[in-house]
Amino acid sequence: MTSASEAPAVGLTHMGSEDTGLGHRGPESKSIVVPYGFWLFVLSDMVLFSALFATYASLVNATDGGPTTSQLFDRNLVAIETLALLVSSFVCGLAMITAKRKNMLWTQAWLVLTGLLGLVFLSIELHEFASMVAEGAPPQRSAFLSAFFTLVGCHGAHVTAGLMWLGTMMAQIWAKGFRQDIMRRLLCFSVFWHALDIIWVAIFTIVYLIGTLP
Amino acid sequence: MTEHDPELLNVAPGQPHDSMVSETVAYVIGLALALVLTGVSFWVASTSALWGPGVAVGLVVLAIAQMGVHLVFFLHITSGPDNTNNVLALAFGVLIVFLVMIGTIWIMSHMNANMAPDPAMMNLQMQH
Repeated sequence: MTSASEAPAVGLTHMGSEDTGLGHRGPESKSIVVPYGFWLFVLSDMVLFSALFATYASLVNATDGGPTTSQLFDRNLVAIETLALLVSSFVCGLAMITAKRKNMLWTQAWLVLTGLLGLVFLSIELHEFASMVAEGAPPQRSAFLSAFFTLVGCHGAHVTAGLMWLGTMMAQIWAKGFRQDIMRRLLCFSVFWHALDIIWVAIFTIVYLIGTLP
Repeated sequence: MTEHDPELLNVAPGQPHDSMVSETVAYVIGLALALVLTGVSFWVASTSALWGPGVAVGLVVLAIAQMGVHLVFFLHITSGPDNTNNVLALAFGVLIVFLVMIGTIWIMSHMNANMAPDPAMMNLQMQH
């Protein structure tokens, strides 16, 4: 609800709001509070992933005579996945810049590219999972594989959810324009998408690179 | 815009808040740094020119550096006064993440060392 003292905000910024968050004018404007709350969610999501990383690190050698990390992982595929997700994160940032200027064409174009790169990442990951299951390395083979599929699969599930969210954001921008509430949601999506890339940095380092050291 | 401008006291995480050029430049710098760090990570992991036991530690350091790059250039987390709330939340998150990970790895490795039977002993028991 825009109060009388709050000038209409321009694009993504909170410029024009007189709220300081220091209490004497009441709570911060929604354009601050909503993304901040979402930031807290993202950080709690990282805590969730830290538990999965700890589980994986504890069980990585519990292969039960089955396939080990260096037998299973293909670094070239992981490099392509990493590149796709990194560029996707970058392009998502470009979409935020154009959305702030209310440029519909470029915003939608960058968001489409963000989604396509996310799809590239996801299809490589699904291909990797499918070939691992076909090679006799399904999640139920050993504690190591259970931990692997839980950790990497949880990240993949987040990417899947992010792609669906991206689709609804594109539709909302298209149908409703760059309204303030839509922009808040878009900002939350970009925070989510960047956070997924941060978690992937930990996954490709700890799981794939350290797992395939000679 | 002075330092005491009340409008600058808080910004949301992930919020670009400059001119179009400087915002784009920030993302490009972030992408370039992330690419370099990723490339170095993959090179470090595949070269034999480095001291083997140090490689894993080096990879973890590179990963943490890249996470920092993502936080600064993509999520726009800064040390400025308008970011205090975001940084404090991040610091708490990082604290919990390190407690969970280091605590678990530390304890579980000791459990393994203390409880897993010696492989030679295990073979001996299986023979009986």
